[in-house]
Amino acid sequence: MLSVNNLNVFYGGIHALKGVNIDVQEGQIVSIIGSNGAGKSTLINAISGIVKYKDGEIIYKNEKLPKQAHKIVKAGICQVPEGRVIFANLTVMENLNMGAFLRTDKDGIEKDLERIFRLFPILKEREKQIAGTLSGGEQQMLAMGRGLMSNPNLILLDEPSLGLAPLLINTIFDIIIEIKNMGKTILLVEQNAFKALSIADKAYVLEQGVVAMEGLASDLIKDERIQEAYLGKKKSESM
Amino acid sequence: MSWGYLSGILILTGINLMTVLGLSLLTGFTGLFSFGHAGFMAIGAYTAAMFTLKLNILPESMSQVQFILALIAGGLVSMLISLIIGKLTLNLKGDYFCIATLGFGEAIRLILDNVQYFGGARGLSSIPTQGTTTLTNVVIINIIAVAVLVLIIRSRHGRNMVAIREEELAAQTIGIDVFKYKLISFAISAFYAGVAGGLMAHYFGYIQPIMFKMVKSTEMTIIVIFGGLGSVSGSVIGTILLTFLPEILRSFSNWRLVLYGAAVIIIMITRPQGLMGGKEFSIKGIMKFFKKARPKEEVES
Repeated sequence: MLSVNNLNVFYGGIHALKGVNIDVQEGQIVSIIGSNGAGKSTLINAISGIVKYKDGEIIYKNEKLPKQAHKIVKAGICQVPEGRVIFANLTVMENLNMGAFLRTDKDGIEKDLERIFRLFPILKEREKQIAGTLSGGEQQMLAMGRGLMSNPNLILLDEPSLGLAPLLINTIFDIIIEIKNMGKTILLVEQNAFKALSIADKAYVLEQGVVAMEGLASDLIKDERIQEAYLGKKKSESM
Repeated sequence: MSWGYLSGILILTGINLMTVLGLSLLTGFTGLFSFGHAGFMAIGAYTAAMFTLKLNILPESMSQVQFILALIAGGLVSMLISLIIGKLTLNLKGDYFCIATLGFGEAIRLILDNVQYFGGARGLSSIPTQGTTTLTNVVIINIIAVAVLVLIIRSRHGRNMVAIREEELAAQTIGIDVFKYKLISFAISAFYAGVAGGLMAHYFGYIQPIMFKMVKSTEMTIIVIFGGLGSVSGSVIGTILLTFLPEILRSFSNWRLVLYGAAVIIIMITRPQGLMGGKEFSIKGIMKFFKKARPKEEVES
């Protein structure tokens, strides 16, 4: 569905992504894990058009993806940016409606709104509340809900667990699985490697702008190097 | 205070208001700060003046039409240049854009200062002032300008600009063409500044590059912030107050600019959101205010 071929991104003189190749199949959850500064967010931002890439290509549904952010949203790819970027002065409902910015099918919007409220019942309760006054977890849910309102085929989730309490992280990940069951494809960027691998079908490990490892998530989670580097299991523990 | 003096200040208020309205859209509603709008005023002023002086083809009886055409020409040339400048600089984030506009404003002034065709530092003079920038004309133009601005702000386009101000990244991820709307906002504000420049040229009868120094740009941006970001009525009230204030303080002679500065600082400390603070002045709002005030009176009585 989406394939990223030999993608190179520079921030001035810094070579942030060095020829990255990624392949996302329809209906899957694909996780990208890696440490800070490995280029995870850069990759997602390059796909969604927020960061310009120097060379390489991004193919989406057998066609070259446009480079401007707003055209990419139209093509059916929606990013839920890192750090709960919502319209803080608008109400929850207004934020969700903003998500449907490019849509004109009123019935479809209505239906999606219901689905989102089923997915995030808390948002229904807080419908009229100003979004800036929501808790961190609720804001994350709102950001995800707003992303879904554009009825995307592919959702790019950037660090959905950032700064949330462990219990809430579980809820968020349960919801991500539910979104997958709605027939959406998800590209997930996460620091929380264990969580990210446990729900994913496929995963990539980014290290300093290069794909260091890739494979089925169920294989990677058992891999010794991964366990050591990202899951906090030391070799000595097994002794 | 003679009528002549008062109408003079009112005309100046109207000229300032034109620029401030444009800046209000750019700064108050799109969230971009510009310190170079005196540059656009200069472009508008010189274009309008040249148009009147060199292209005066219409008969005497149609001088009003000639004047309006000159203003529109000033606005359009300003807009055209803003599109070029915007294309180059609007990708810059926050402060960097601000610095770029500052550089642009000064560059325009220095270019005009050195090109002899435009009169160099002496500028252009003997621009006809009879029947051009009159109080009636200024008031009519400003009413149209406010009406158009309100229409823009209430339209889908205006709301897109507000979305960019509120949260640029979110605006981008829901599919708003951020760059396009920044450019539109920048161009409209340049058009307003250009028309203001044209009015100014036809009010004073002469223009010199020194009239469009950075201080002028800063003054305009201060008025927008003083009136309240994101409020058209705030911009109008701010312009009236801050144009009249130096005149009222004239009896303090040398101290007047100090007092002007102090007044601005006091307002900004006590009301950091500006006079109107993102709210609009409306009859509905006044009714609400009195409705809220009434129960209190009852309690007191």
